[in-house]
Amino acid sequence: MDAAEAVAHRANATMAVSAWRPFLPLVWLGVAGLLALLMAVAIGSVAIPPADLWAVITGEGSSLHQTLVWELRAPRALAGFATGGLLAVAGALMQILLRNPLADPYVLGVSGGASVGALAAMLTGAGTFVLSGSAFGGALLSTFLVFGLAHGTGSWTPARLLLTGIVVASGWGAVITLMLAIGPTDKLPGMLYWLMGDLTYAQTPWPALVLLALVCLLVIPLGRSLNVLARGPLQAAALGVAVRPLEWTIYILASLLTALAVTTAGSIGFVGLVVPHMLRLVLGNDQRLILPACALAGGALLTLADTLARIVIAPEQLPVGVITALLGVPTFLVLLYRSR
Amino acid sequence: MAVLETRDLIIDIPERADGRPLSLRMEPGQTWGILGPNGAGKSTLLHTLGGLNRPRSGEVRIDDTPLRQMRRSTIARQLGVVFQERQDGFPATVLETALIGRHPFLSPWQLEGGDDLEMAEKALERLELSDLADRSVSTLSGGERQRVALATALTQSPSIWLADEPTNHLDLRHQVAVMELLSEQARAGHTVVMCLHDLNLAARWCDHLLLLYPDGEACWGEAESMLKPKALEQLYGQPLTWAEVDGAPVFVPSYSG
Repeated sequence: MDAAEAVAHRANATMAVSAWRPFLPLVWLGVAGLLALLMAVAIGSVAIPPADLWAVITGEGSSLHQTLVWELRAPRALAGFATGGLLAVAGALMQILLRNPLADPYVLGVSGGASVGALAAMLTGAGTFVLSGSAFGGALLSTFLVFGLAHGTGSWTPARLLLTGIVVASGWGAVITLMLAIGPTDKLPGMLYWLMGDLTYAQTPWPALVLLALVCLLVIPLGRSLNVLARGPLQAAALGVAVRPLEWTIYILASLLTALAVTTAGSIGFVGLVVPHMLRLVLGNDQRLILPACALAGGALLTLADTLARIVIAPEQLPVGVITALLGVPTFLVLLYRSR
Repeated sequence: MAVLETRDLIIDIPERADGRPLSLRMEPGQTWGILGPNGAGKSTLLHTLGGLNRPRSGEVRIDDTPLRQMRRSTIARQLGVVFQERQDGFPATVLETALIGRHPFLSPWQLEGGDDLEMAEKALERLELSDLADRSVSTLSGGERQRVALATALTQSPSIWLADEPTNHLDLRHQVAVMELLSEQARAGHTVVMCLHDLNLAARWCDHLLLLYPDGEACWGEAESMLKPKALEQLYGQPLTWAEVDGAPVFVPSYSG
C-alpha cells in the first residue's frame, strides 16, 4: 500500500466512523436502560447490594436472592422495560403516520378498546390468560374500527383518522365508566389499578421483549422512508416511497405494539406521547435514530417508574402510570421550555 | 435522458367534463410551460404527469413504459417533482431536507455517504443556501423554503423535472436565478415541465407551451405559435397589452377606464 492509498484508506475509515457517530446516543441510552434494570432487581422489600447482585448474575449467591431476582423481580423489570419501549415506539410511529405531534396510540382509542376487553374479563371473573387475550382482542377491534371508519367512503386524511380515533376513544371511555359503575365493589380496586397501569399482572416479559427487538430491527431499513414520509405523503411519493403500503404497515405495527403493551401492563398513558418528543428535542428527527432511542428510553423510564412505584409507599404499590406522569411531565416541560 | 409522453390523457378533476385528451411528447432538452387560469387543472396535470394522481383515462409514459407499470422508486430515480405546497410537520434542517433527495438512490440499509452529502451541499450552494444549511426549515421565509425545495430536487438530479410554480414567493433576482437553473437543466439534456402563473417568465424561458382552459380544452405547441395575444386573452379572460422587450414578448393586463 503506497502513501496515497494509505491516506485514502484512512479517509474512508474516518468517514465510516463519522457516519455512525450520530448513533452514539443509543449506547448511552442502552447503558441507562441496563442501569435501570439493575436497580429494578436490586431495590425492593429486600435490598440486594451490588456485590450480591453480581453473585446472583454469575449464578452464585443465596437461594433467597436467586429466587428474588430471577423469579420475582427480573421478569417484572423486563416486562416493564419492554412495555415502555413498545409504547414509546408506537407513539413515535403514530406521530409520523399522522404528521401530528399530538398523536399517540391512546388518543387513537387503541388502549380504550384494550381496557374494555380487560375490564370485561375481570367482571366475568376470568383468569389472567383470558384477560390478556381479551385486552389484545379489544385493542385490535378498536384499531380496525378506527381505520375502517376513518377510511369511510371518502379520502383518508390524518385529520380524519385523528378525529375518528378521538371519538372512538371517548366511546370506549363511556363504556369503561359504565363498567366501573355497575361492577361489583370488590372488583373495583383491581379494575382501577389496571386502568392506571399496573405491572403486577405481567406474566412473562418474552412476547413483548421479542416484539420490541423485532420492531427495532424492522425500523432500521424503514427509517429513511419514515423520514421522507414526515415531509408529507406527496413529497414522499415523489421521492419513491410507496406511501399507502407504508402507512398501513406503520398503523398495524403501532397498533400491535400498543395492544401487546396494554396487554402486558394495563393502560399506561403518557409514555407514548412524551418519550418521542423528549428525544426529538434532544436528538433531532432522524427516525433511524429516534425509533431505537424510543425503545431504550421508554424502557428505561418505565422500569425506573415501576421500581419507584414498588418502593414509594412500600409495602403498598402505586400504579406505575402515576409515576411515569410525575417523572415525565416536569422533564418534558423543562426540555420544551429550553428548546428554541 | 428521458421522454415524457401522454397518450389520450384526461386528468381527473371532479365534476368536470373530459375536455380535450392530451397526447404530447416532452423530449429531453425541451422546457415546457403549462399556463392557465386558477382552477384550470395545472397542478392536477403536473401531479398526473408524475404518477401522483390517477388519470381519468389515458396514460403517461416515461421512455415508452407506462407509469402505472413502474414502481414508485423506479419513477423517483428518473422524475423529480417540486411542489407548490409543502408540509413541515416535524423540524428538519435545510441540509437534511436537501439530502432526502438521495432517498430513491439508496438501499434500505444504506446510510447517506460522503457522495450524497456532497451532492446536497452542491445543490445548496447552487441555490445560495449554504449559509442556511444548519437552520431549521420552519424558521425560513417562504422564498427560502421554495429554494430549499428546488435544492432537494437538484440533489435528486432527475432526468425529468416537474415544477409547480417554481418561482412562487421568490424575489425578482431569485426568480431569474431559478428559471436560469431550470433552463440549464434542459440544456444538459433533461426534460423540464413547469406550471407558471407569470406569462412573461413563460414567454422568456419556455420553448414549448401548453394552454389549459377551465373547461378542459387545451392546446399546445412551440412557444412562438402559442404566445398569441388573442389566445392568451381568451385563456385568462382578461384583455392584454403587449410589447417586445429584449427580443421576448411581454404581456401586461389592459386596464379599461
